[in-house]
Amino acid sequence: MPDGASGALKVVLAQSAPIPLDARLEAAPGQLLALVGPSGAGKSTILRTIAGLIRTRQGRIECAGAVWFDAAAGLFEPPQRRRVGYVFQNYALFPHLSALDNVAIAVGTAARPKLRAGELLALVHLDGLEHRRPAELSGGQQQRVAVARALARDPAVLLLDEPFSAVDQVTRRKLHRELAQLRRQLNLPIVLVTHDLEEAAGLADRMCILHHGHTLQSGAPAEVMNRPASAEVARLVDLPNVFDGEVVAHDAALRRTHLRWRGRTLEALHAPAFESGARVTWVIPAAGIVLHRRDRPSRGERENPIAGIVGECLRLGEMTAVTQFVDGNGATKLAFSIPSHVADRNGIAPGAGITVSLLSEAIHLMSRERSTAASERREADED
Amino acid sequence: MDWSAFRLSLELAFWTCGLLLPVGILVGRALAWRTFPGKVFVEALIALPLVLPPTVLGFYLLIGFGKASWAGQAYEAVIGEPLVFSFAGLVIASMIFNLPFVVQPMQRAFAAVDPTIREAAWCCGLSRWRAFLRIEAPLAWPGILSALVLTFAHTLGEFGVVLMVGGNIPDETRTVAIAIYDRVQAFDDQAAGAMAAVLLLFSFAAIGLVNLLSLRVGRRHA
Repeated sequence: MPDGASGALKVVLAQSAPIPLDARLEAAPGQLLALVGPSGAGKSTILRTIAGLIRTRQGRIECAGAVWFDAAAGLFEPPQRRRVGYVFQNYALFPHLSALDNVAIAVGTAARPKLRAGELLALVHLDGLEHRRPAELSGGQQQRVAVARALARDPAVLLLDEPFSAVDQVTRRKLHRELAQLRRQLNLPIVLVTHDLEEAAGLADRMCILHHGHTLQSGAPAEVMNRPASAEVARLVDLPNVFDGEVVAHDAALRRTHLRWRGRTLEALHAPAFESGARVTWVIPAAGIVLHRRDRPSRGERENPIAGIVGECLRLGEMTAVTQFVDGNGATKLAFSIPSHVADRNGIAPGAGITVSLLSEAIHLMSRERSTAASERREADED
Repeated sequence: MDWSAFRLSLELAFWTCGLLLPVGILVGRALAWRTFPGKVFVEALIALPLVLPPTVLGFYLLIGFGKASWAGQAYEAVIGEPLVFSFAGLVIASMIFNLPFVVQPMQRAFAAVDPTIREAAWCCGLSRWRAFLRIEAPLAWPGILSALVLTFAHTLGEFGVVLMVGGNIPDETRTVAIAIYDRVQAFDDQAAGAMAAVLLLFSFAAIGLVNLLSLRVGRRHA
C-alpha cells in the first residue's frame, strides 16, 4: 500500500451527532473506491466531509501528503484549499454559464483558462458543445461537464456522488465505460458513492460497505460480495442465503471444514478460525448453488447435495430466479438464478422436486456474535 | 409643475436604493440561506412597514429622530443640524419604510439559488467573494434589480411617512407626492394633475419592468 506522500487518500471520521459516523477508508492513487450502502447510510456525508463542506467532531483527512482535517490538532482547511474534484449528485452545474465557462471558472488563475477548459471538455468527449448552457445539454452531457469541471482544479482526489443516478440505462452503460477509460489516464484516488452494487462491483477496485455511518467492511468487490464479514454485510450486499450452523470438525488435509446444518453435514471451505462446536453464521452466494440437471448429470453432484421442491420461480428475461424450499417447507429457502432455457428444459415450476449442490468453495463462515440478525434469531430460539 | 419636487423625489429614490442595495443583499441572502433563533421575528419586523399605516410609522420615526431622542441628539451633535425635517432624515426614514420592498424580493431570489451550486463553486476553488460575484449574484440579479425598481417607485410615491418626518419644506423635504397634495390644497388642479400623471406613468413602467424581470427568472429556472 503506498503511503500518504505518494498520493493516497486516508480518511478517519467519528462523531455521534448530528449524523453518527464511524468511518475509516483509504484509496491509493489510481484506485477506485466504491462507497456502497442504502439510502441514508451516510455516503454523501462522507464525501462532503472529504470536500470540506461538513466538519465532523473527530477525525482526520489526509490526501496526497497534505492534511486537510485534523480534529485533534484543530486543523480544518476550507473546500477552496482542498484539491478536490467533486461531481455532485445532480451535477450542480452553474446554469448561467456555458459548458466551457463552467469548466474554465474552476481552472482558476492559470494562464488561458478557456484553453485548458476546452482540453478537458475534449477529454470527456464534449468538444463541439462548449457554448451550450447546462439546460441545453442532455443528462449524460451534463455529467460529462461536471466531470470536466471536477478535473479542472487538477485535483488530488476525485469524488463522485451517485454520478450515474440521473441518466437512463443506455447512457449509464456508456458513461461507465467512459469512466473506466478515464481513470486509466488519471493517477489519483477516486471515491464513487453509489447504492448500485452491480455498478460498484463493475467499476471499483475496492468496495466499502457503509451502514448507519459505519464502514462495515472494505475489500475487493468479489471479496466483500462473496465473503461478507457479517450477516449485516451479507444483507447489505444482497446475499439471500444466510443461515446458522455449527462447526463439526476440520479437515486440514482436504482443506475442508464440516458444518452441521439442519441435520445435514456440509463441506465448507477450510475455516480454521472457528473451533469445533462453534455456532456460526454461514452464507453462500447464489452463484455457488448449482442445479442438478436432469439431462446432464455430473460428478459434481456429490458436493453437498440438497433436495427440496421449487417454492417460487420468477422469470426475469434471460434469467429465472428460483427459490428452493429445503425440507419440504418454506421455513428454509435457498435462492439462486439459472438461465431461463435451463429452467424450461428441467421443468422448473413451483412444486417440482429439484436437487442442488452447494459448492464447498463458496460456503463462507462468519462469527455469529457479529451478526445482529443471527443473534436475534438465537434469542428467539432460546425463548 | 414643481420640478424641484421631482428632482428631490428622484434624489431621495437614488439615495434610498443606493444605500439599501448592500443592506438588502446582506439581509436577504442571510434570511434565504441561514437559520438562526429569532429568524421569524426578524422577518416579521422587516415586513412591518407593509402593513403599518404610514402615519403610524412616521409618528414613531418622528419621535425616534426628534430632538428628545438619543438618535436625534447624536445626529445633531455630529452634523450640527436636526435630523427631522431634513433631507437626511427623509433618506433614513425612506430606508426604513422600504426595507420589505428591498429585502423580500432579494430573499426570494437568493432562496431560488440551489445551495449545492454554491457548494460546487467553493469546491471549484472559488473564494466566497468570487462565488458571490460570479455565481450567486448573476443568478439572483433579476430579483435584486426588481427589488431596486420597486423601491425606487415606492419612494417616489411615498406620502405619509415623508409628511410626518419631513414636513413640506421646498427644496428640502417637499417631494412630488407632497407637492401634489400641496397643489390640490391650493386648488391648482392643473399642476396636481400633470404631476400625478407623470407619477402614474412612471409607476406603471416600473411594475411592468418588474414583471418582465420575474418572467426572465421563471424561464431560467424552468
